Amino acid sequence: MQEAMINKAKQLLADGTVSRVIGWKRGEFAYDITPAVFETAEELEREFVFDDFTSANVSKYLVKESQKEGKVLAFLKPCDTYSLNQLTKEHRVDRDNIYVVGIPGGPKLDIEKIKAKGITGITGVKNDNYTLRIETIYGEETMPFYEAVLDKCASCKSKKHVTYDELIGEDGDVLESNRFDMVEKLENMTSQERYDFWRGELSKCIRCNACRNVCPACTCENCVFDNPNSGIDNKAPADSFEENMFHIIRAFHVAGRCTDCGECSRVCPQHIPLHLLNRKFIKDINALYGEYQAGADTTSRAPLTNYTADDCEASVVHERGVE
Amino acid sequence: MQRIGVFVCHCGTNIAATVDVKKVAETLGKEPGVVIAQDYQYMCSESGQNLVKDAIKEHNLTGIVICSCSPRMHENTFRKAAAAAGLNPYLVEIANIREQCSWIHKDIADATEKAVILGRAAIAKVHLNAPLTAGESPVVKKALVIGGGIAGIQTALDIAEAGFDVDIVEKNPTIGGKMAQIDKTFPTLDCAACILTPKMVEASQNERITIRSFSEVTDVKGFVGNFTVTIKKKARYVDETKCTGCGLCTEKCPMKKVPNEFNMGLDNRSAVYIPFAQAVPKVATIDPNYCMMLKTGKCGVCSKVCSAGAINYKQQDELIEEKYGAIIVATGFNPIKLDKYDEFAYGQCPDVVTSLELERLMNAAGPNGGTLLRPSDKSHPHTIVFVQCVGSRCDDSKGKPYCSKICCMYTAKHAMLIREKYPDTEVYVFYIDVRTPGKNFDEFYRRAVEQYNVHYIKGMVGKVTPKSDGKIDVQASDLLANEQLHIDADMVVLAAAIEPDKTARPLATMLTTQMDTNDFFTEAHPKLRPVESATAGIFLSGACQGPKDIPETVAQASAAAAKAIGLLCKNSITCNPCVAHSDELMCNGCSSCEKVCPYGAITYIDKEFRMPDRTTKVRRVASVNPAVCQGCGACTVACPSGAMDLNGFSNSQIMAEVDAICK
Repeated sequence: MQEAMINKAKQLLADGTVSRVIGWKRGEFAYDITPAVFETAEELEREFVFDDFTSANVSKYLVKESQKEGKVLAFLKPCDTYSLNQLTKEHRVDRDNIYVVGIPGGPKLDIEKIKAKGITGITGVKNDNYTLRIETIYGEETMPFYEAVLDKCASCKSKKHVTYDELIGEDGDVLESNRFDMVEKLENMTSQERYDFWRGELSKCIRCNACRNVCPACTCENCVFDNPNSGIDNKAPADSFEENMFHIIRAFHVAGRCTDCGECSRVCPQHIPLHLLNRKFIKDINALYGEYQAGADTTSRAPLTNYTADDCEASVVHERGVE
Repeated sequence: MQRIGVFVCHCGTNIAATVDVKKVAETLGKEPGVVIAQDYQYMCSESGQNLVKDAIKEHNLTGIVICSCSPRMHENTFRKAAAAAGLNPYLVEIANIREQCSWIHKDIADATEKAVILGRAAIAKVHLNAPLTAGESPVVKKALVIGGGIAGIQTALDIAEAGFDVDIVEKNPTIGGKMAQIDKTFPTLDCAACILTPKMVEASQNERITIRSFSEVTDVKGFVGNFTVTIKKKARYVDETKCTGCGLCTEKCPMKKVPNEFNMGLDNRSAVYIPFAQAVPKVATIDPNYCMMLKTGKCGVCSKVCSAGAINYKQQDELIEEKYGAIIVATGFNPIKLDKYDEFAYGQCPDVVTSLELERLMNAAGPNGGTLLRPSDKSHPHTIVFVQCVGSRCDDSKGKPYCSKICCMYTAKHAMLIREKYPDTEVYVFYIDVRTPGKNFDEFYRRAVEQYNVHYIKGMVGKVTPKSDGKIDVQASDLLANEQLHIDADMVVLAAAIEPDKTARPLATMLTTQMDTNDFFTEAHPKLRPVESATAGIFLSGACQGPKDIPETVAQASAAAAKAIGLLCKNSITCNPCVAHSDELMCNGCSSCEKVCPYGAITYIDKEFRMPDRTTKVRRVASVNPAVCQGCGACTVACPSGAMDLNGFSNSQIMAEVDAICK
């Protein structure tokens, strides 16, 4: 796959379709794959990486990249195309300035799950979809592949590319996913249990802002958390209230716009399951206003910024919360 | 440094009985920035206002807080007082310690504490208030009346009389509404058509009135003085300008089996039809559900016989956009459907009819030419039973909780007319109460009982059973005699409850006006502003606001016209300066605000911004048209970055209020 992508990128650079490519390159470690922009065939040959650890969604980078001179090539997994559509809908990217090559999605690997098995010194992996063979400086280790899959891939919602100019490989379908299982579990808790769960999780937050910085829905020119006039611009969480509120405010801000790409939880160094907050909103919106998938298209009106005569009454929402 | 004055009103005992006003003034006087805090018995009185004005001058106040009734009541009073004393009127804040405090609490300590908190929130807000200047916006000197019944016609005539152009939009092919279907009117028994049709003709001939029949309002944008309304002119397949109303097409049309809605489906009409002889406009309409030409492409008889060449099978619905300064809603009522009332055998037996059907059966233009005959066998009925309150004053979900108001009187009218014309007919009326408040109403009802010997029986009908011999068994209880009755009736007439027209609910959404749980439009104040809606520039006329008889409807129609004329007389109206604005440096251009704006006040512009390193960047940013913005604040909530803010209700002001309350 990596080879095919490099060839496609070289071809599009050579024929002038695009002037640069957004993809990924390796960082310090084998599993440390990070988005990068390439401008020449040599750079691509030397550094372009696409493997089982390549999970970063590059759509958000297109906010800046698509405003620059010349067209940019973006390799997008199915989940990433939803993010791009949502950004197009919000006029945050210039879609005409982007050439999208759709590539197959995951499942991608979660390095933390591998490390949790006590495996260290990792230099590479081999994978036949059943057994994961992990090369380390101490020799080869194995573990079941499914145990090393990223949470966001384990509950994949779609293998379908909702926007692309060209595909490598075949397009998939929207999947029946189990992504709301954990939300349901939380809903079935008593309010005290639920409070304890979230306090336990959110108190781990070190306020590194990684979730916000990676989120494709968080592209504001000036984020409210950085705006001294907003009244919520605190940087470090000084008390439990602020720990809780940062994530809850963020969930409200992306409600109806979050495509459930799962990047927030993937990048969280404290392993807080942040995507559950967003999924709760998605589940509620589906239940109260009808099924809606943010980013599935670029024209429909999101339920929260639309009014129809059969929108549910406020009292319905209110009564749902009563225990 | 802010110099804030706090004024606590007793409102007689309205506030002072449950709130310790002296303590409130004393406590709020210690808040930072407050330089004077006073209480007074009636702050809205002239001497109360003078107290405020003098304090503004004496203490050189930079803002004032009035702790009193709802701002809906007296905000304007105190803004004017402040302006008269040289303080910008938007530096006045009201803390509502009456409706939101004294009226809803019993305990003095609790209510006093809450009044202090509400005052504190208002002080926190006034600290951040900025002086605002109201602009002006022109008034389009034209009114729209939605609904062409007697209410709409009367309103339109009065507005036109005052010298303003007015359009009537009527969804049916003719104006006239329910009154056109009624035979006689109470309490004078004059013929409805005789008094209505001259008004219909007057409306059609008045050069200031445009009747848009067979049309519907599909979209309303804008605000008081400046509404833009989209009207769908439905295809009638007849060129209105050419049709002479000769009626030849209706005679020659081969499709004659269409239920005639004007006669409540009691007889048939043709597929091309003129609803009734006095219809305005008197032009034919083709019913596309029945016309053979439109359905199968085979026929074309009407086109052949029309010497005016008015038939046009290719006509399409047309969208018209018009501007209006005022909108008057006159959408009227309908009797409820009785399909849920199996006990009265309506739908099973053709001789069980509703009161409106009886009107048609007795009308000279009705299916029997004015002779009252049973629909089943066209025989003369000898015993007629009237059932009152069918669906009115009803506790269950089948009916309506309210009194339909007109049924007692029209039933007395029906009973009297039948006894007058057919003295051999026995008439029974079953009732819960007979309600006859109104000029000459009770006298009218007593005439039915005393002169015409109508049998009024207090009690409800339990069951109506059609019998094999064509008679109808009516089982009922006589509550005064305490006995069960069985009456062998020839006809049963049901006084069906009335409900607002079904088009009212979507219309209310378009107009952003309020409705009650029964879908009647809500007036701005039940006593003092009965013909205005809470939305500026929208007025209410007739039964769309609540059940009404004809005299009341006409009175309200003229009242609504007077209110509309008052608005149309002005060349411009003062705009609300509390409008939204966007901080372009923070705006993402995401269109969330544009999507939620109900007034279409937000557009997007590409604007050049200076960036670091002497570069520039063009970004898409929101731009608010302050003349169109109504300050609802929907955009400020939708904006993800907080770029949208509302003058007078800024995010920081609201947060300051919340902080003050939570302190």
